[in-house]
Amino acid sequence: MAGFAITGELLFFVALAGLAMLSAVGVVAFNNAVRSALCLVLNFFVLAAIYFTLNAEMMGITQVVVYTGAIMVLFLFVIMLLNIGAPQLLSDKKDPKTAVGMTLGMVMFTLVALQVLPGLMSKTQPGAPNDYGSPVNVGRALFTGFVIPFEAVSILLLIGIVGSILLAKRRF
Amino acid sequence: MSGVPLAAYLALGLFMFMTGVVGVVIRRSPIVIFMCIELMLNAVNLTFLAFARYQFSPMVAGNSFREGQSAMAGQMMVIFVMAVAAAEVAVGLGIIMAIFRLRENIDIDEMNLLKG
Repeated sequence: MAGFAITGELLFFVALAGLAMLSAVGVVAFNNAVRSALCLVLNFFVLAAIYFTLNAEMMGITQVVVYTGAIMVLFLFVIMLLNIGAPQLLSDKKDPKTAVGMTLGMVMFTLVALQVLPGLMSKTQPGAPNDYGSPVNVGRALFTGFVIPFEAVSILLLIGIVGSILLAKRRF
Repeated sequence: MSGVPLAAYLALGLFMFMTGVVGVVIRRSPIVIFMCIELMLNAVNLTFLAFARYQFSPMVAGNSFREGQSAMAGQMMVIFVMAVAAAEVAVGLGIIMAIFRLRENIDIDEMNLLKG
């Protein structure tokens, strides 16, 4: 394996990646929904740290604020409401399907990895400029080159708001 | 000088994605299935950002304007994936709560008719 030095950066990444993989497995493995949600929160924080090592600071902060701070809070609220209403609905029973599912996952992982990864082994140095992830550059790109998808996403969020309010009403 | 290879980020993204797929297949509670979908979306975000940083495409190699453009495009995709995931979670959890209010049961294997 050419160009493979054990730098501090690599060790830091290996530690973060190990934690991300453990928490991802924890989301699927725990039978209790609250534990799965907390594992996912940990996974999102570790992913934000990984985005920072990729020099994508704006994406890292957005990940913490949007995913951990809004989406996971929404998940935890719904789990809390279902816990009060019907606690038996939140824990899964043991299932014989799990062995089939895990085999499927491992087979797919090896298939895709064997096809995709060998061609990419040569790329070890980043190509983008070091400030590509700063808020200045992300903001400039978002409001000049990508302004039409930006407006479309704002309409999508408006539709999402109207839809969730409509779903939450008891009588129309 | 040599930090982390690109293949390491992609392998982590692939592992998270496959864990999400296995979770969607195995689990029976719709809330945990939703969380596994979010895991898959995050794996895709990581892949986008890794390619934006490492600039693998031979079309942009050596052309610094296009390298900057493709780095920005990767991050724009991540922003839009995050926004769509947020809207999807809000509406999806609203649907789950509405079904729970109607039926008192949210086992995914029981809901096999599209009738409301």
